[in-house]
Amino acid sequence: MDQFLQLIVAGLATGAIYALAAIGFTLVWQTSQTINFAQGEFVMLPAILVLVGTHAGLPVWAAFAVASIAFVLLFGFGFKRFLVEPMQRHGVLPLAIATMALSVLVKEAAKNGFSAEAQPFPSLVPDGMLSLWGAALSARDLAIVVVAVVAIVGLQLFITRTRTGRTMQATAQNPTVARILGIPVERMILLTFLINAVLALVASYLVSPVYLAKFSNGESIGLAAFIAAIVGGFNQIRGALAGGFLIGLIDNLTAAYVSSAYRTAVPLVVLVVVILVKPEGLLGRKEERTV
Amino acid sequence: MIRRPDANLLILLAAFPVLWFLPAGLKSYGLYVVSLWLVMSIAAMGLNLTLGYAGLTSLAQGAFLGIGAYATAILTTKAGWPLPAAFLASSGLSFAVGVLLGFPALRVKHHYLAFVTLAFTVVVFLVARNEQWLTGGVFGIANIPRPVLFGSDLGAALPFYRLLLCVTLVLALAMWWLLRSPWGRAFLALRENPLRAASLGIDIRAYTLLAFAIGSAYGGAAGSLYAPLVEFIDPAPFALSASFVLLLTVVAGGAGSFFGPFVGAFFSYMLPELLRATGGWYLIIYAAVVLVIVMISPTGLLGLIERWRDHRSQTRAAAARAAATPTLGAEAGGSESDSLRKGATP
Repeated sequence: MDQFLQLIVAGLATGAIYALAAIGFTLVWQTSQTINFAQGEFVMLPAILVLVGTHAGLPVWAAFAVASIAFVLLFGFGFKRFLVEPMQRHGVLPLAIATMALSVLVKEAAKNGFSAEAQPFPSLVPDGMLSLWGAALSARDLAIVVVAVVAIVGLQLFITRTRTGRTMQATAQNPTVARILGIPVERMILLTFLINAVLALVASYLVSPVYLAKFSNGESIGLAAFIAAIVGGFNQIRGALAGGFLIGLIDNLTAAYVSSAYRTAVPLVVLVVVILVKPEGLLGRKEERTV
Repeated sequence: MIRRPDANLLILLAAFPVLWFLPAGLKSYGLYVVSLWLVMSIAAMGLNLTLGYAGLTSLAQGAFLGIGAYATAILTTKAGWPLPAAFLASSGLSFAVGVLLGFPALRVKHHYLAFVTLAFTVVVFLVARNEQWLTGGVFGIANIPRPVLFGSDLGAALPFYRLLLCVTLVLALAMWWLLRSPWGRAFLALRENPLRAASLGIDIRAYTLLAFAIGSAYGGAAGSLYAPLVEFIDPAPFALSASFVLLLTVVAGGAGSFFGPFVGAFFSYMLPELLRATGGWYLIIYAAVVLVIVMISPTGLLGLIERWRDHRSQTRAAAARAAATPTLGAEAGGSESDSLRKGATP
């Protein structure tokens, strides 16, 4: 039982990371039909940038600050302005393919520009164990869950309670009507890209102390984020949230009880089943198609 | 009725002797690179059929390359089959798996299909890595023999390259024939407007499955040639990124154009070797180049050339018009202004 509890907490911690990446992925998809195949690399990169800063002799806080600002500028604003905007008129697929090329580019740049080896990453939370009902729980895992939940709740409040958030939602739901109503649609779309970058940033700083910072980290995280977004429902933030935690739990429980060699395979099977049976996702709503 | 000889066929037949003799002076590494280009062109040709002609987004071509390579490696090293038999078996196996994978394509399209095929690719990779009794796991399978055909040993680099060239030619001719046949037209109809295709009596189910299966069979065939080319395989070259790169290859070359896969494979597999002098940066340069190509011209490099040709013929036509019309315009304008002047100053 206590082992089960430990697995649940570890699963929720993994799931929280996936949920952060999946929510950003979903937001960007909603407002601009961008399928970002580089989403995993977006989660990998900020930690690498911090390490580049500390290796260059910056103090840790400055490295974090510089890396965060540079990343949000480059992969929030720059990504939207210089990749998505010019590509958008060509349709969903060419844009998705461009993000695939971007993912190869970012990954290889991190590998050659920084290091091919996994590097230790400064943790913001002291490492330790908390004992709860006889189960030894990792403080880091709990911290990950707490920080991620705070970030997600904050985002949810921003979207539902503030004027800007609501206009953003309107943009996501129907850009044409939003434009007619005088909403600055372009600015709202840019905002979702900035939020996506910030979420990726948070996920990166949370996950890297645990898994170490490595150029290839994005592969598994990105894959899990896609799966989470689709399983939960492509067009819903709460879908991505639920999907993220679900995949995180399945991931950890599979590794413990079924087969650690096939831990990535089980979420994939879930994905294929969901796509075939209920393509709009568990919590999603159907997207009508016109003939 | 005499058909006008097809330009694609002529280029194909003209390229064959050139490619037969041209690399004769190359050292074994150079021959390996050119051979790799041929093998990957075959895989890209298959994906071009699925993606470029039938419009089905597949991220599984790398997996089929792996299936073909492992099937051939296992059949030739463990069961002692000759390569031609293993080649046919590998292609057949990929065809069968392709039919199965085609079933999701009947239900979902575009990015959803991309995700289903992506899942398939990851699972194939995991099986190759984990099922050690069959695939050798991360240690892979070594000493994959090169073929001996009709009593002559094709183990050396040049004869093996020429064998690959012959196989590539045969497969390219088959693809050329397929695309000109009613089947090829049906694939196009599938891409352009599935609903209209269905209402014209095209069996969408059958053609979707067929497009997937034939494309996959080409992937398996390429894998079957890849294994004896490199003589040692492990799971790494068949990971998800291999499927990404194959998709980029087809798109960068020009999805839906006959020679697109060859141009794309040149970019993806030969250029990196040429750029090896730049150290580890070659993949970065490659990705940046592809990104720029896709951004400038989503129809790929060949699309770019076509657009340039269109543009040139248009500007030439415009120039011709411009050369023809000014005199008319001047006359008309002159007479008009004359009449106006006449009218204005009575």
